[in-house]
Amino acid sequence: MTIQFNDETFRDDYSFRNSDWAIKRFPFPFHEDSYMYSVNMEQHRGGPEGSIYENRFDVDEHYVSEMRDRAMVLADDPLRCQSMPHMTLAGWDLLELIMVSKSEDYPDLFELHRDGNNWRWVNKPLGIDDSFVFLDETTLPYGPMEYITRQAQGDFCVLDQRDDNLWMDAGMVTTQADWSLDFDIGMNFFEWHAPVPLAHEKGIFVRALKFLLNIQQGAPARRLNWTMTVNPLLDTSPENYHKWGIQKTTLSPENIGSKQHLRVELQTFFRLPRSNALVFPIRCYLCSFQDLMTVPKWGRRLHRVIRDLPEELATYKGFIDNRPMMLDYLSSFDDGQATSDGIWPDLESEPPLKA
Amino acid sequence: MSGAEKIAVTVTDIVPLNALVTRFEFKRADGGLLPTFSGGAHTVVEMEDGAITRLNPYSLMSDPMDQTAYTISVRRDDEGRGGSMFMHQSVKVGDEMTISYPVNLFSLDLRAKKHLFLAGGIGITPFLAQIKQLERFNGNWELHYACRSEALGSYVDELTSHHPNETHIYYDDQNQAIDLVNLLDGQPLGTHVYVCGPKGMIEWVRKTADGEGWPREAVHYEEFLAPQPGKPFEVKLAVSNKVIQVGEQESLLEAMEREGVDAPYLCRGGACGQCETRVIDYTGNFIHRDHWLEDDEHASGEKIMPCVSRFEGKTLVLDR
Repeated sequence: MTIQFNDETFRDDYSFRNSDWAIKRFPFPFHEDSYMYSVNMEQHRGGPEGSIYENRFDVDEHYVSEMRDRAMVLADDPLRCQSMPHMTLAGWDLLELIMVSKSEDYPDLFELHRDGNNWRWVNKPLGIDDSFVFLDETTLPYGPMEYITRQAQGDFCVLDQRDDNLWMDAGMVTTQADWSLDFDIGMNFFEWHAPVPLAHEKGIFVRALKFLLNIQQGAPARRLNWTMTVNPLLDTSPENYHKWGIQKTTLSPENIGSKQHLRVELQTFFRLPRSNALVFPIRCYLCSFQDLMTVPKWGRRLHRVIRDLPEELATYKGFIDNRPMMLDYLSSFDDGQATSDGIWPDLESEPPLKA
Repeated sequence: MSGAEKIAVTVTDIVPLNALVTRFEFKRADGGLLPTFSGGAHTVVEMEDGAITRLNPYSLMSDPMDQTAYTISVRRDDEGRGGSMFMHQSVKVGDEMTISYPVNLFSLDLRAKKHLFLAGGIGITPFLAQIKQLERFNGNWELHYACRSEALGSYVDELTSHHPNETHIYYDDQNQAIDLVNLLDGQPLGTHVYVCGPKGMIEWVRKTADGEGWPREAVHYEEFLAPQPGKPFEVKLAVSNKVIQVGEQESLLEAMEREGVDAPYLCRGGACGQCETRVIDYTGNFIHRDHWLEDDEHASGEKIMPCVSRFEGKTLVLDR
């Protein structure tokens, strides 16, 4: 299919919109009417046609505008992109993975021509046509990781693997749910997860690390994570908390449907071949409450999940103060009917909302 | 499904190197390119040996950037259970085989200012790929390689002619030995040590480095254990609800696979931890041989690594 790219903003006037197509393929993260942490990993090998799972790196209508927003964040704060010297090889691995995947999965948008180490990369949506020498940094305008992640939606953590642990030694992080690469750089898996409540006690991170250390070449994995964001902000970083944190107080019963967004991360994990590093792309999808409510199953379920979520999690995810207002809004979309299993909208089979 | 992803390959070259070691080259059966890999990675080779499927790990020794072919070197083990004998005696050029995607449990630490490689015998193979990887990026490395004799010194000529300044060879039969304490003492700050060879050599290097004050994270080692034959024993698998017999010449993991139990694995050599299995009940003694579990875990009787470890006694019930 040909994608119509939106001309939209994730700041100031917030002209970000989801088309009907984008709403129906939104990765609703709740497979049942309640939520608790789990190592909810599955293999990342495609999915239903048109879904965000179909391709290795999903490209959607927000691509061009998201890349413009990333460039603005980097212009203000270059430390959002960092790579320790020993991670350059992993950067080339990532560049190759993204270029090969996108040119194979979206041949009408991206082209990769290779003659030995002489490569030509064509990115039609962004108007890029560059020739360079693979593994020769001097032939690119940025380091390999920065070059390719300025052209790929979502954040990218590139993790070195050593001493039976993973280390946050490189990354491009501009669309994050309130964490900072500059703060976490060089930390290991347990150190950067230290602030997360409840999950440590449940042994989640020990099991998750074991799983991640054993992700092998040719067998990528994925999971969903979620939080809440007021206004369609991509950059909810600690560095800019003074700009976006205050916006949480602007929510009212009148504007909550359009202002409150469910923020879902598609997290994927790929073993990188030459460096043996692990790349952890974190792709952010935003959807307003009012758009979510057009899917009756999601309306019913979101109300039940938010209502029953443990207080620690609502606090950690930053919406404890707004939870009562959310529940007032969401309860009118929950008629008490049962919901089907799984995350899919099931528009044909699920009943409409009872009046 | 257990193990890494599989690749169908054709054996394209077989080169006997000396009395014990033979090199095998594999290309993709469909004519396509193989995945690149990182130096130190291994592949698990599946061998259809009559009614038995053997799966043995071998270090990839070819240039990690060369996607046209993989090469491995197999040392014949006359005492072993037959995997290496099968490779030496039954595999012919043109045979179709299945190998796994590369898996690396012996990766270079790319932060190192210098890489100091210590090889014993067939333990040279992962270093051959790591050297090719480092040469491409002007990496700083040095190799100390102990062999039994000149006649059994696999790849000595290649190494000394291409890398005369970096390569140091020691022949046991000429009473040459690595002067480890002095060697470690002379290394610049930021050096990482890698050792691959017989068990005794690995322990010697680890112990010596520890004694000389080297940080644990700067000492890397890899030893693949081949499962050893042993007395047959019986196991009850609680989850699968099966009672199975482990034969003299097969491992516990292989016996489970023979009975159709999908048990997890990766390296099949006691190193990666994937096949770790909980013991529910036992009366008898474990013969632990893996590198994965800690000593106290071995002593606890709560866990076993079925790829290399065995059991002698009356009852063994596993959570599998």
